[in-house]
Amino acid sequence: MASPVTTQNKTLLASLYETIYTIRVFESEGIKLYRKGLIRGYFHPYTGEEAIAVGVCAALREQDYITSTHRGHGHCIARGADIRKMTAELLGRATGYCRGRGGSMHIADMSAGNLGANGVVGAGTPLGVGAALGTSIRGEDRVTACFTSDGGVMNGTFGEALNLAAAWSLPFVLVVENNQYAVSTPIEQTTRDLDLYKRGQSMGVHSIGIDGNDVVTVYDTMQDAVGRCQAGKGPVMIECKTFRQGGHHVNDPGLYLPEDKLQHYLERDPLIVARQYLMDAGATEAEVADIDARVEANNEDAIAFAIDSPEPDLAEFFEEVQANG
Amino acid sequence: MSNEPRTLMYRDALNEALVEEMRRDDTVFVMGEGIAERGGSYKVTAGLLAEFGEKRVIDTPLAEASFTGAGIGAALTGMRPIVEILFIDFSLLTLDQVINQAAKLKFMTGGQSSVPFVMRTQGGTGNGVAAQHSQSLEAIFYHIPGLKVVMPSCPHDAKGLLKTAARHNDPVIFIEHKLLYMNEGPVPTDEYLIPFGQGDIKRSGSDVTLIAWSNMIPRSLTAADKLAAEGIDVEVIDPRTLVPLDKELILESVRRTEHVVIVQEAVRRGGVASDIASIIQAEAFDYLDAPIEIVAGLNTQIPFNLTLEAACVPQEDDIIAAVKRAVYA
Repeated sequence: MASPVTTQNKTLLASLYETIYTIRVFESEGIKLYRKGLIRGYFHPYTGEEAIAVGVCAALREQDYITSTHRGHGHCIARGADIRKMTAELLGRATGYCRGRGGSMHIADMSAGNLGANGVVGAGTPLGVGAALGTSIRGEDRVTACFTSDGGVMNGTFGEALNLAAAWSLPFVLVVENNQYAVSTPIEQTTRDLDLYKRGQSMGVHSIGIDGNDVVTVYDTMQDAVGRCQAGKGPVMIECKTFRQGGHHVNDPGLYLPEDKLQHYLERDPLIVARQYLMDAGATEAEVADIDARVEANNEDAIAFAIDSPEPDLAEFFEEVQANG
Repeated sequence: MSNEPRTLMYRDALNEALVEEMRRDDTVFVMGEGIAERGGSYKVTAGLLAEFGEKRVIDTPLAEASFTGAGIGAALTGMRPIVEILFIDFSLLTLDQVINQAAKLKFMTGGQSSVPFVMRTQGGTGNGVAAQHSQSLEAIFYHIPGLKVVMPSCPHDAKGLLKTAARHNDPVIFIEHKLLYMNEGPVPTDEYLIPFGQGDIKRSGSDVTLIAWSNMIPRSLTAADKLAAEGIDVEVIDPRTLVPLDKELILESVRRTEHVVIVQEAVRRGGVASDIASIIQAEAFDYLDAPIEIVAGLNTQIPFNLTLEAACVPQEDDIIAAVKRAVYA
């Protein structure tokens, strides 16, 4: 699947690797902040699924939109978010993306075309179709990539919304992150055919299943999808097979994840795969170490920024409540 | 005179509002079930397809949750959708998108986004359409922070409020009534808008303040005329928008009349009337000369049989009796 054009593009591969590692560090350090009580509420790590957000967003253009999910930190970072403002939001600070009103499950970065994470699984799919509908009415060249999951595909909104995109030939790409678990329930218990992409095919949507842990495959597939949308060929569904490297959220140890399956996917860790692509394209150990050091320093800086940031102002909040009637 | 009012039906006044707003702003578009070629079940969208084309006048599949969600997504990204839900009963299929998404997105994103989304729908009893096509569900939307709730009772208000809704930057639930579509009334020729939160005194009176909305307004006005013959002077107030509510207009009237009757078609339990009564008792208790009377629908599903149906919602005689109880208490 991986095209030689991509596998020989060292600059691109370095960038893909750096973004994957940025997400990895953001999540692992975020979990530490959570354990210290600095982050409250729910925190759903994207660890193990990074190649999907990174491959998809790298193939998108500045004018494109994404919709994200409850497990959305990776989408946000891959779409170019400022991790200072993200960390501040996770800490509920006034300097966060949503000024402490949204938190982890509702981070949005409208300036980057990230229409927001969503606390309701499957709910982002109709919203993404609507964004694509708007661009189609206005006659603009924009693609909307909508992240959803195996859990989201089981929801009624999946069938309804993808069908709308198909009927109206919208520039819409449904990216299904099939991590094989809906909270704690394995996909084998919730559906009969494990190839979710076939559902898209049944609606006349160009649909394919790929290895979601391979960032180059994701990137190449997404590039093709964007091209199809631009050419007016209608929506695309990409099912990315992957695995959660832990529980549903930080307070779920994920003891139900079968050890052998987890081991299989740890060996296919998207970080390892991306690093190998980069090394194969001629990067040195020192170059990779430089990237790692930069990512870690940036994350430390983001945490310091967030911790130093003020809490939201109560008086300002009450004014907003008043104004909203 | 250029601004000589014409007599228009409620549905035609709504149609005029849509046409004017779609001409004025290319980002306004309409979608719903059978609204394009067919012009809508109540003809509110008649003629729009011919003028504005299929890009902006869209027939949808019967997938309320998702075409509503698509409207909200389009609103998030620069459009001004007006989505028609055929019956308010079917709006229940859209509640995740309306309540968890549209009503909260601006808030959850810390003000980064806005959702200029309008849901047009219709409710209420009439013509024996039974339990799943007759409900008055405004209280559900009234309860949700982040939604505006508009319920026009006449052609004039319907047009002016729909134009305002089309320009509003937050989600609006615009609830029409199936028995009002053919009602006629004066509508100015010149353009006008009616701001949200501005109620209207439909009939001035000095003995009792009667608050009602939607189809309970024409019914209350007829009752008020009959009561006038018996020497009871009823002031009829139509808040027109339940959210935001024109509290001041209501309280000013209550301070004058010292008697209150609230009429709603919806079932009594958990209704908007109870909430308005609580506002009045909290803010004008010392002016009240009698308990507040609420005339509301029975706490029941709506039956098919027309006699049974009529027994479930306030009729003229129920309103007259309640006014007399309030005044003679």
